[in-house]
Amino acid sequence: MTHLVLRSLKKSFGNKSVIDGLDLQVNEGDMVCLIGASGSGKSTLLRCINLLEPIDDGFIELDGQDISDPERDPQPVRQRIGLVFQSFNLFPHMTAEENVMLAPRRIKRLSRDQLRPAITALFNRFGLSEHMQHYPDQLSGGQQQRVAIIRALAMQPEIMLFDEITSALDPELVGEVLDVLRQLKSQGMTMVMATHEMGFAREVADKVCFLCEGRILEQGPPEALFGNPQQPRTKAFLSAVL
Amino acid sequence: MTVARAAPGRTRREIHEARARKRGIVIASLSTLLVVGAIMLLVPLAPGWEAVQKSFFNGEVFLKTFPKLLQAFLLDVAIFAWCAPLIAVWALVIALCRDVRNPALYPLRLFAILYTDIFRGVPVVLVVYLIGFGVPGLGLPRPWNSPYIWGSLALILTYSAYVAEIYRSGIESIHASQRAAALSLGLSKSDTMRFVVLPQALRRVVPANMNMFIALQKDVALLSFIGPVEVLRQAGVFKSLLANFTPYVVAAIIFLCVTIPATRYADYLITKQNRARS
Repeated sequence: MTHLVLRSLKKSFGNKSVIDGLDLQVNEGDMVCLIGASGSGKSTLLRCINLLEPIDDGFIELDGQDISDPERDPQPVRQRIGLVFQSFNLFPHMTAEENVMLAPRRIKRLSRDQLRPAITALFNRFGLSEHMQHYPDQLSGGQQQRVAIIRALAMQPEIMLFDEITSALDPELVGEVLDVLRQLKSQGMTMVMATHEMGFAREVADKVCFLCEGRILEQGPPEALFGNPQQPRTKAFLSAVL
Repeated sequence: MTVARAAPGRTRREIHEARARKRGIVIASLSTLLVVGAIMLLVPLAPGWEAVQKSFFNGEVFLKTFPKLLQAFLLDVAIFAWCAPLIAVWALVIALCRDVRNPALYPLRLFAILYTDIFRGVPVVLVVYLIGFGVPGLGLPRPWNSPYIWGSLALILTYSAYVAEIYRSGIESIHASQRAAALSLGLSKSDTMRFVVLPQALRRVVPANMNMFIALQKDVALLSFIGPVEVLRQAGVFKSLLANFTPYVVAAIIFLCVTIPATRYADYLITKQNRARS
């Protein structure tokens, strides 16, 4: 079943076009990886889906419902779509637990005591139970990024977006974050991920999209896209990074 | 020639630094002694020194007026103590009004802009005069004609304009990614401000605000122009009574006893913050 549909999406900053008539379908439970050079529009695309960046034209449909109507309040939509950033963006003045609890407390009006069992379970699941009371600057990059993922998951989103979430990490910390994604995948979470981790994309993705100049130039299952790319630019990109 | 022998647990670099430090202390002490000695020798040679010493640095007058002036200074502290929290709150209201983006609330924004422009553009002493003399002139009944109320209000209005700008600079210094992270979770704009941006911004502007509040403590003395007998006014009374300026020196020393430690503390906070951020 298709879960998220983007139709002729357009977004420009000033007169620089970043997303230029992009179409994409994401099926329920699928992991879609966006690859492409820096500046190809991967991050902007994810921010547009979460409505952090208003789109100029086109449609975004979630569960068959147009969520991109500029007249509508984006806030309820954002609650249904989790976004994790490259630079973690944890709130530095709050403990890990407070970071995770803030949104459910304010939006779902749940008390800390009501939230604690579910949130403790999330921390346990991702191996962070000892770090709930730590502040972000007391955590390693990998731990911070996992807290950021938990923070997004705590709102029980229907779909998760990941914006190069391992790019700011030391190589030895990448694995622990990717493990979290494998877990989410096995639980059937729908995910869209911008990444430079080609090995991971090949292993886990259901679909890989090659972005170029704000459009999807080529897409397909990872074996096809990595094994037998059709477009010369895809070939050039892959031979440069692999 | 002595060869630096490595003492146990000390590197050659450490030995060198310890020596350089010692040398630095000796040189600094010597040059300070030299300058202070020269001043102490030369200033008394000035023709008017004796007169100045008698009217500004009179030990007898100092001892006689000090207790009363210290008592008067308590009034300065009290005025400061009730003004400071009101400034902290009112300035926050102004700062938040300036960031209002809702078109229906535009008048609030306009008000905040005019407010900061006006009160930052007028000398404090003028505001003290205008409000301190102007409002009681309306013939309000007691206690509403008290110069304490209207003088304090003048300070609160003026200082809030400056502190509001400090708050705003703090709010703007919070990186956009923090706002994005909060919004992406579905938090409202006001919750984002209240729980994510403001707590970080307020912490960041503590040192800058410290400096504002040190200035406020000094400017409380301006209220002496409209009536309250605080330390400056009391020193003026003593000056007339004893025909001697020493009470002013006493008042200055009392102020310094409070403001120097406070400035040092603010500097310490700034250094600490800079170190944390670099």
